[in-house]
Amino acid sequence: MGVIILLLIASIAVAAIFLLGFIWSVKDGQYEDEFSPPVRMLFDDKPGNDSPEK
Amino acid sequence: MTACYHCGEDCIDGYILHEEQPFCCEGCKTVYQLLSHNGLCDYYDLNANPGQSLRKPIRKDKFSYLEDDKIQQQLISFRNEEQTHINFYLPHIHCSSCLYLLENLHKLNRAVVRTTVNFSQKEVDIIFNHGKTNLREVAELLTNIGYEPYISLNQLKDKKPRLPRTMIYQLGVAGFCFVNIMLMSFPEYLGLESAEKHLQYAFRYLNLILALPVLLFSAQPFYESAWKSLQHRFLNIDAPIVLAIWVTFFRSIFEVLTDTGSGYFDSFAGIVFFMLIGRVLQDKTYQQLSFERDYTAYFPIAITVLKEDKELPTALPDIKAGDTLLIHNEELVPADGILTRGKAFIDYSFVTGESLPVLKEMGEIIYAGGKQTGGNMELLVVKEVSQSYLTRLWNQGDEKSTEEKGVSFVHLLSRYFTYIVFTIATISAIYWSIFDSSRIWPAVTAILIIACPCALLLSNSFTNGNILRILGRNKLYLRNAQAIEEMATIDHIVFDKTGTLTTTQQHDIAFEGEPLSKVDREAVSALASQSGHPLSKALVKQLGRNHLTVEGFRDHTGKGIEGMVNGVLYALGSHTYLTGQEGSSEGTRVYLAKGKSICGYFSFRNHYRDTVYELLRDLRTEHKISVISGDNPGERQALEKLAGRNTTILFNQKPHDKLAYIKHLQRRGKKVMMVGDGLNDAIAMRESNLGIALAEDTNSFTPASDGIMESMQLGKLHRFIKLSRANRMIVMASFVMSIVYNIIGLSFAVQGDLSPLVAAILMPASSLSIIALTFSATNLTARWLKL
Repeated sequence: MGVIILLLIASIAVAAIFLLGFIWSVKDGQYEDEFSPPVRMLFDDKPGNDSPEK
Repeated sequence: MTACYHCGEDCIDGYILHEEQPFCCEGCKTVYQLLSHNGLCDYYDLNANPGQSLRKPIRKDKFSYLEDDKIQQQLISFRNEEQTHINFYLPHIHCSSCLYLLENLHKLNRAVVRTTVNFSQKEVDIIFNHGKTNLREVAELLTNIGYEPYISLNQLKDKKPRLPRTMIYQLGVAGFCFVNIMLMSFPEYLGLESAEKHLQYAFRYLNLILALPVLLFSAQPFYESAWKSLQHRFLNIDAPIVLAIWVTFFRSIFEVLTDTGSGYFDSFAGIVFFMLIGRVLQDKTYQQLSFERDYTAYFPIAITVLKEDKELPTALPDIKAGDTLLIHNEELVPADGILTRGKAFIDYSFVTGESLPVLKEMGEIIYAGGKQTGGNMELLVVKEVSQSYLTRLWNQGDEKSTEEKGVSFVHLLSRYFTYIVFTIATISAIYWSIFDSSRIWPAVTAILIIACPCALLLSNSFTNGNILRILGRNKLYLRNAQAIEEMATIDHIVFDKTGTLTTTQQHDIAFEGEPLSKVDREAVSALASQSGHPLSKALVKQLGRNHLTVEGFRDHTGKGIEGMVNGVLYALGSHTYLTGQEGSSEGTRVYLAKGKSICGYFSFRNHYRDTVYELLRDLRTEHKISVISGDNPGERQALEKLAGRNTTILFNQKPHDKLAYIKHLQRRGKKVMMVGDGLNDAIAMRESNLGIALAEDTNSFTPASDGIMESMQLGKLHRFIKLSRANRMIVMASFVMSIVYNIIGLSFAVQGDLSPLVAAILMPASSLSIIALTFSATNLTARWLKL
């Protein structure tokens, strides 16, 4: 029976990780601009140009 | 017509060919050269003609005020020894090319460290190395590539508040708890062996723990709203909901602690979760729009002050009475003052609704809010910015806040609902006290749990959210859900004329007098093309551009122009200018003189938007209509023909008159919608039950209002109103459906044996079916209305 309790705790812990991930993504502002990030990753730097400083 | 490779506009005056691409002007070509030189030509590959036309030159010193330390301090968001962070609002951002170019700004100016675009806010965060460049250079670079930052006075005040995220967190937590509680309730529903008692305890107590964050954190918006309503001695829909939430929770706790049952934690968390989704959906705001703009967003941040023959850029709040301002062409007059040098030719169209610029002579007083067109002028300030005519105009309607405009019918409905529920609860309590007093407590709490008006709240918030979305898709952006209900009850619509029913971009021009020969027409067009007056521009557009040369051109600002074309002297202007005598004041006329004799006049009529006739015809069947205009009554006849006989038409209405007219209608019990476009309508719009501001595009400045509509969509207004009326029907229909669920639930509840399983099935089933019904009903209505 103890194993069920263990599984319970594990499942809630996994769910809690997702919750934290969600909170983190909101805090990071991921939902405030839904246009730029998907477009941004498609821009490629041409060879020869120096890449932007990060 | 060839389209410019950079901006996509038609090249009216021929084009410049550069590297086999056509450009409409030097400005566009320069940008192209700059970009191609820096290897940024992807800009043109991502979207066709992504640029902004640079035909209108921007004054060289426009951003000189950015060198002022005090102004800089207030604009920049962060600065250390090396770097400065600045956030600019760039209204021109519109496509992925813009994103590409702006985020590669460091290739154009090495001192820029990084740029990050926020597309939905049309903002850009720039980090630059202030050792190698400065704020002014960055702003000028942006301007040079066609993204002029919009810097207005309201940026001097506190930083814009970030979007509230609390409710999103609350939603996340509620979702997490709901799903997990659900999971852990299943074993009990499916029948746990009584031998596994300790497992049952484990599930129940875990549920209890998981329910706590929902009660304490996620449900907060409902507590706040309910508490506020109680303070105002008004029972809104959230009060019974809070009651139901609490009763559910405490009954569940009681059951778990006394080991009499498993409680209704899943229903409890589920209902909070669904209601929060509805709230979030309904409160979705349009980030890029602002409904609360005041004059500070309209005013520039700084203006040039002349002090001891030196031009000092000064922040607007620092201007004192007695200062001398230098106002450049196309700049806004920020404070009331007396004209001391130069000629003022002021475009008040935004403030008063007059469609043509007004000429002011030296010594005359100029009110704030107008835009100088034509040359520089000097102004002696008599009243500070905060005391000026415009500011006072703006602050006038302030006594009444827009929040208090009305009470949603949903609250009233929920009140009746609550009374009925309490009655049922009391009756069953009395019944059980006679027959079996041990069942009073379970029966009453079950009734309160089941009968929470959450279905009503759900249907309302989901319907509202979806209607807001449909309207937004049609370019009508409403401030909030309450505006939908206001729109549904409107019975009198007041239109502004200039800029609302008419468009400022087009004129209907007719020549009265002897018909002009082709030679004359060309000559008039050539002469008119020399002047920047709006009427001249309209004439040129009508007659077609040509390349005749004009000799001895003279511009008597505000009166007329003259010049020699093909050896003949032509003059265009007012009757007074050409003859020295006062002419007829009817309508807008420009007289034409050839040599010494007057040939006739061009009459100018505002061009009504194409959809106006049909719109007014459709609206007339169900609403009263008024048209009020700040303009002269020259167009009364045309307007009467357009608007029909029963329409009230008023001319020469100052902002106060408009306000008074709205109040007058409201006193007679009318629900008034005001559709306007400028500041002159602002206080009337605020006073009306629903103020809609019309904008040529959503970038342009609009006064505070309940909704912003793109002007191309004006013809759809009739259908928008119909959709908003459907809103109430849909909410009622889904409410009736939820009552059916309630009756099923209540039939269990009054008997005192509402099993958690029944509650657990009933709650999500009713919620989901209500959501499905509202969505399909609103979408079907919208499709039927062709929206």
